[in-house]
Amino acid sequence: MRRRTFVAAGISAVAAGTSISCGGNQAGWRFFTAEEARAVDAICEQIIPAGPHPGAHDARVVNYIDIQLTRHFRKHQETYRRGIAGVEAAGRKKFGRRFVELSPEQQVEILSDAEEKSKAFFELILAHTRQGFYGDPRHGGNHNMVSWKMLGLPSPPIRGRERSVWPGFFCPA
Amino acid sequence: MSGQGGGFLPMPLKHVNAVIVGAGAGGGVAAKELASAGLSVVLLERGKWYSAADCRKDDLRNQRTTVLGNGFGPDDERNPRVLVEGKRETIVWPSEGGYSNNAACVGGGTFSYGAQSWRYMEQDFRMRSTYGAVPGSTLEDWPITYADLEPYYEKAEWEMGVSGDVANNIFKAPRKKPLPMPPLPPSREHQVLLPAAKRLGLHPFDIPMLRNTVPYNGRRACMRCRWCVGFACETNARTGTHNTVIPAALATGNCAIRTECMTREVLLDGRGRSRGVAYIDAAGHLQEQTADLVIVSCGAVESARLLLNSRHRLFPGGLGNRYGWVGRNLQSHTYPAVTGLFETETYDDLGPGASIAICDYNHGNPGLAGGGMLANEFIRLPYQFMGQVPPWIARWGAEHKEFVRNAYRRTISVMGPVQEMPMFAARVELDPKVKDYWGIPVARLSGSKHPHTLDIARFMAEKAEAWLKEAGAAQTWRRMPGPSLSGGQHQAGTCRMGNDPKTSVVDRDCRLHDVDNVYVIDAGVHVTNGGFNPALTILANAYRASERLVNAWKGSRAHS
Repeated sequence: MRRRTFVAAGISAVAAGTSISCGGNQAGWRFFTAEEARAVDAICEQIIPAGPHPGAHDARVVNYIDIQLTRHFRKHQETYRRGIAGVEAAGRKKFGRRFVELSPEQQVEILSDAEEKSKAFFELILAHTRQGFYGDPRHGGNHNMVSWKMLGLPSPPIRGRERSVWPGFFCPA
Repeated sequence: MSGQGGGFLPMPLKHVNAVIVGAGAGGGVAAKELASAGLSVVLLERGKWYSAADCRKDDLRNQRTTVLGNGFGPDDERNPRVLVEGKRETIVWPSEGGYSNNAACVGGGTFSYGAQSWRYMEQDFRMRSTYGAVPGSTLEDWPITYADLEPYYEKAEWEMGVSGDVANNIFKAPRKKPLPMPPLPPSREHQVLLPAAKRLGLHPFDIPMLRNTVPYNGRRACMRCRWCVGFACETNARTGTHNTVIPAALATGNCAIRTECMTREVLLDGRGRSRGVAYIDAAGHLQEQTADLVIVSCGAVESARLLLNSRHRLFPGGLGNRYGWVGRNLQSHTYPAVTGLFETETYDDLGPGASIAICDYNHGNPGLAGGGMLANEFIRLPYQFMGQVPPWIARWGAEHKEFVRNAYRRTISVMGPVQEMPMFAARVELDPKVKDYWGIPVARLSGSKHPHTLDIARFMAEKAEAWLKEAGAAQTWRRMPGPSLSGGQHQAGTCRMGNDPKTSVVDRDCRLHDVDNVYVIDAGVHVTNGGFNPALTILANAYRASERLVNAWKGSRAHS
């Protein structure tokens, strides 16, 4: 039951996340504002960019991070809020624009600075981007198993489960 | 401690012969051996009883990769510890590094481990005699020898079921019977590493594993899936106490298991003998289970914590701690790892991955007090591969992604558990302030690795690198351990076994020197921890200690 609610919520968040143009927080993100989500999406895409194979945006890594920030990563909420603001401020100061409006080269420059000066935030988003890209799709990222396909991993084989721990022995779940 | 956990009198529970705290490797075997001998047994476990159906194949949340929490406990809400590093004290949670977690569930570590099942070597029980004193280390001989344990290694191998082929391991200690099951067919990594080892004059062989490779004991064979170490085994082919000795214990009719029960302290009577344990049950009620014998099998960290939490006017520093040795000598294994990049694909998507090992460097290394075995690493899920990207690759951007894409299927890692030099200062204490959800003082971990352990790790890394290069690796890179405290799943040493009550906690029968009806049966009693995964030694020693306990038992028996 819990899993079902979770999956359904995940799907609606993805749906909201893909129509990334509207303002405010009506977009349905759990933690991010729509602005923040756009910035995080762009940051993740620089960490794992699309090329011949899909990148972090296609894998919906921002969705993974948004979901986990209200679950297992609750303790990182403040680091994200400040970190994103820091990246935005750096972009404005250096190039006079929002992060999402910068050229790819400018974005890389801002993130390289963040890697030096905003270590806590950068290390978090680096790790979380890898998780959201290479990890299990059930957590909201790795959409369509794009990374697993890139690595040539066969889809999960369907194999039978053993229900009891011992033949004829009932195991309390 | 006293008086916590509610002000009511619980319904008295039926008195039993033995209460065992912890249903892991040691406790599981003890439950079966005692119950089979006709003793009435209660087996308490703080975690849950998971089954094969709990294999969620979740590569971000399992017992090995815990970025979204661990798979089989303990949970991150109720179980803090304190980690001391220099002057810094941090509250750490089970899924975080530094916690030194081992699973909390029926089966303990054996529920989700990789299942390597090694016999230690003869020298591993006589480290002090073999190498002499190592300055700064409490290196010591075990009070028992390999020969004392050999029959019980064999019993564990045949009763629980071990596969593999150690015939080509010329360094192995004498054994009477072969392993009951053959190894799995060689994986691609195995085929690459085997001839290379032979060309180097080494002696490669198939890793022994508590894993069915053919149907055995009513369970089927390994289907070689990707979700092995860290996960529940979906086919129940991997063997732990949860699917062997614990069901067998229950089947005797003499043993009851109670899960989600957190033991608070070992209770003592006025004369300083134990009368049972106090625990908080799944519903949050404080219970007293009285028993003739108490067996502490919580794993090295939690066993020490339970003893230290069991204070008494005769034992103000905690049970078994008259000379201050409880919690000391916390050790595990130090793992140097080397990864090689190959021209051709080495990944074949077949679990469990680890399959080939050498024992050429366990002992006899010039200038070093020991060593360890070397083996190839378990199968790697994509996120785990992040930890294997070499340091010269950019950490983010196209270069990193391209490396992962190119290298994922073309790497082999070789690593090995270096036998550690025990440190008196590497220890488990009680934290004076922090308490867990149940109000029980938590473990406070402090100390570091011995510098010589790191010397040995560097030597082992060189050997692993040479093996990979001979196998054709175009590039190799190392991941070296740091000096921080060792613990984790291979945790050991905190309730040292010895003949001298002044320098050990339990005697050779695993009985507390201080209290004659309290035993510690887990890796806590290991004096040193071998250059091998410790599971089979914990199981064998549990069979041995249980047999001696039963033979000495003069009390009543139900029926056997």
